[in-house]
Amino acid sequence: MAEQQTDQQPLYEARRSIFPRSVKGRFRNIKWAILAFAYGVYFLLPWMRWERAAGPDQAVLFDLVGRKFYLFGLTVYPQDIFWLAGFLMLAAYLLFFVTGIAGRVFCGYFCFQTLWTDVFVLVERLVQGERPARIRLAKQPMNGEKVLKLGLTHLLWLLVAFATGLSFVLYWGNAPDLILDFFTGQAPFAAYGTTLFLTATTYVMAGHAREQVCTYMCPYSRFQSAMFDKDTLVVSYDSKRGEGSAGRARLGKGRKSQEERQAAGVGDCIDCGYCVQVCPTGIDIRNGLQIQCISCALCIDACDTIMDSLGWERGLVAYTSERQAEEGRRARLLRPKVLGYFLVLLIIVAALAWNVSHQQLFDLSVAQERQPLYVTLSDGRIQNSYEFKMNNKTGGPLQLEFEIVGLEGAELDLGNFSHIELAPDQRLRLRAHIKYAPQAVESGSKQFSVRAVPVNREDLQPFEKGAVFSWPAKN
Amino acid sequence: MSENTQQQQSGAVQTTGHAWDGDLQEFNNPLPRWWVWTFYATIVFSLVYWVIFPTWPYANTYTKGVANTITFKNDQGEDVTTHWNTRSLLIEEMQTGEEALKQKAYLQKVNAASYDEILSDPDMMAFTESTAKVLFADNCAACHGPGAALPSSAFGLYPNLADDAWLWGGKLEDIEATLQKGRKGYMPAFGSTLSEEQLDQVASYVLSLSMEGVDAEKVAAGKEIFNGQAGGCHYCHTKEATGLKSQGSANLTDAIWTVANVPSAPTAEAKLVAIKQVIRNGINRVMPAWSGRLSDDEIKQLAIYVHQRGGGK
Repeated sequence: MAEQQTDQQPLYEARRSIFPRSVKGRFRNIKWAILAFAYGVYFLLPWMRWERAAGPDQAVLFDLVGRKFYLFGLTVYPQDIFWLAGFLMLAAYLLFFVTGIAGRVFCGYFCFQTLWTDVFVLVERLVQGERPARIRLAKQPMNGEKVLKLGLTHLLWLLVAFATGLSFVLYWGNAPDLILDFFTGQAPFAAYGTTLFLTATTYVMAGHAREQVCTYMCPYSRFQSAMFDKDTLVVSYDSKRGEGSAGRARLGKGRKSQEERQAAGVGDCIDCGYCVQVCPTGIDIRNGLQIQCISCALCIDACDTIMDSLGWERGLVAYTSERQAEEGRRARLLRPKVLGYFLVLLIIVAALAWNVSHQQLFDLSVAQERQPLYVTLSDGRIQNSYEFKMNNKTGGPLQLEFEIVGLEGAELDLGNFSHIELAPDQRLRLRAHIKYAPQAVESGSKQFSVRAVPVNREDLQPFEKGAVFSWPAKN
Repeated sequence: MSENTQQQQSGAVQTTGHAWDGDLQEFNNPLPRWWVWTFYATIVFSLVYWVIFPTWPYANTYTKGVANTITFKNDQGEDVTTHWNTRSLLIEEMQTGEEALKQKAYLQKVNAASYDEILSDPDMMAFTESTAKVLFADNCAACHGPGAALPSSAFGLYPNLADDAWLWGGKLEDIEATLQKGRKGYMPAFGSTLSEEQLDQVASYVLSLSMEGVDAEKVAAGKEIFNGQAGGCHYCHTKEATGLKSQGSANLTDAIWTVANVPSAPTAEAKLVAIKQVIRNGINRVMPAWSGRLSDDEIKQLAIYVHQRGGGK
């Protein structure tokens, strides 16, 4: 029972470098298209202009200091923050919905880590050459060529990272002014700090950390297995076809055409290793689905390229499902999980759309003062005090007049502010006194409402807010 | 039971080397090196932090931090330098911070504005409401109650500032004078100069000024005492019984009672008892003068605040 000492493996290891080879194909094209679209939106959107009656002329601007988020024609105020909650719910359920159907396609096609790593690898390839050249460069000692190529690569990486960080900052201020201030040293410290931070993180994450983000840091990769089922599309190697009965074999004597190979019991996989060379996370898909696989389908493109060149059928590595692989039946799309998520998505979208389109453009809040709850006036009437808070989100000037509804003969006293004029986006706090002589039959409190009437806007409905008037129970 | 198997595939992940139940083994994936070095970096960071900031207690004191001091101005205008601590940080930020300076500037603007200007500007009014609310709570609420009106359990101790009856004048200038100079609210005790019957009659007259159905005979007799030499009430309260601002005497004809608890008294008899009590014992209340204790600006804000509670004139 004595335990043999095995070779102690080190507890920690350095990252094994990955040199992905380039590949052409359907999925590579889709990835480039999505990348171009995403980059176009991200880098160009801050520059888009939008005419507004009051406020900046930038289409998308998150004005933190002014506490307003401008999204094209919509202005989001702090009290609308629950729209963000709705939007986040929408994003989450959309992710679960897509993942249930097509697996980790978010990772492989849209995740920012993937997009920026793709661009950084592209830069590497343009400067240092294709995979064999890059491997050779990595192995050779530090000489003039290596310094130049690595230096240029990292410089270009830093430029892209800087552009990324700066573009992010441009969303939080007026882009033309902010970029001018930035380069003349007049921007606020937050602009420089954020740009520096994002430049550093982009450079480190896309240039150095790369697939380690997916493997070690990202929580999504860990709980993806909870979202998959037998019908989920995953990247898979058809091992029956590829291995045959005798295993895979390289092209060689007696192993050239498909008939020869099938006669020998050898599978269609020619062990060229192309699928391993293109993988950005450095796995071998022929070993089966692994946690590092981000479903980018570059290995599919690689194998298809080889199959095309041999004139054999595509699909040795392909998007398929467990159900397809094990039972030979097509993956079911309309299953309860998918339908359920779709229904939830519809509800959230509908709720958000309705809520945003029915945004109240001005509102009034009425808070009764509790200490004291009521005061007896010299003429015997009772007085209650309230705090009126009003808000103008109409985008133009707003004139308000107030009425009391539900208290017979009540008098509203607003001091010097009987007629209110609100500038666009202006908020106001006022103290209001209401004087009222309660009828003998009424009990100690009465519900009523304050009506705010927009006198300069025919198209807006008056806004009513309920409140309570209190007096001592025995008059 | 347990067997030992070696799993050695070149390039593949090794196992721990132990096998349970014949073939149950455990992978031994190595952790990334950057992860460990990041951990070491956090240890180095904490060591540096311990040196710079106040951290470790020893003997009867503690390490104060190196090259990390805060300087602020004390009340005499001199510079004071302390080791880093949050109290000093607060004082310094209140003196030099961007937001603190903005608040100071706005405060100066409000203090320079006239009463009319402030009352017509919603922003300045909201600002005054906020600052004076704290001043009131710190200085005035102890006597006058948190909302400038005492609850019914403390009825009659100090004037109600939220109604529209003012003993000493309800205009802003009057309120400011009250705050600056203080007031003496004095009503003589008539218990020794008036008989019980006379007290009853005067109380009836006073009650009749704001309530119907009091005994007409008593009321007539009481009026005589009120307006004549026997009581002399009219000297302070005037013949119309509406009160004199200069004396701080109450308006007896309105619906407000602030010393005699007439509203809570269930019957007319009980109300008379309450009123008689006040006439018998008199009133002796003092409003302190605040001119030394609060700055002129603070008094100005409090004046507006009190004026706005419900009944400013």
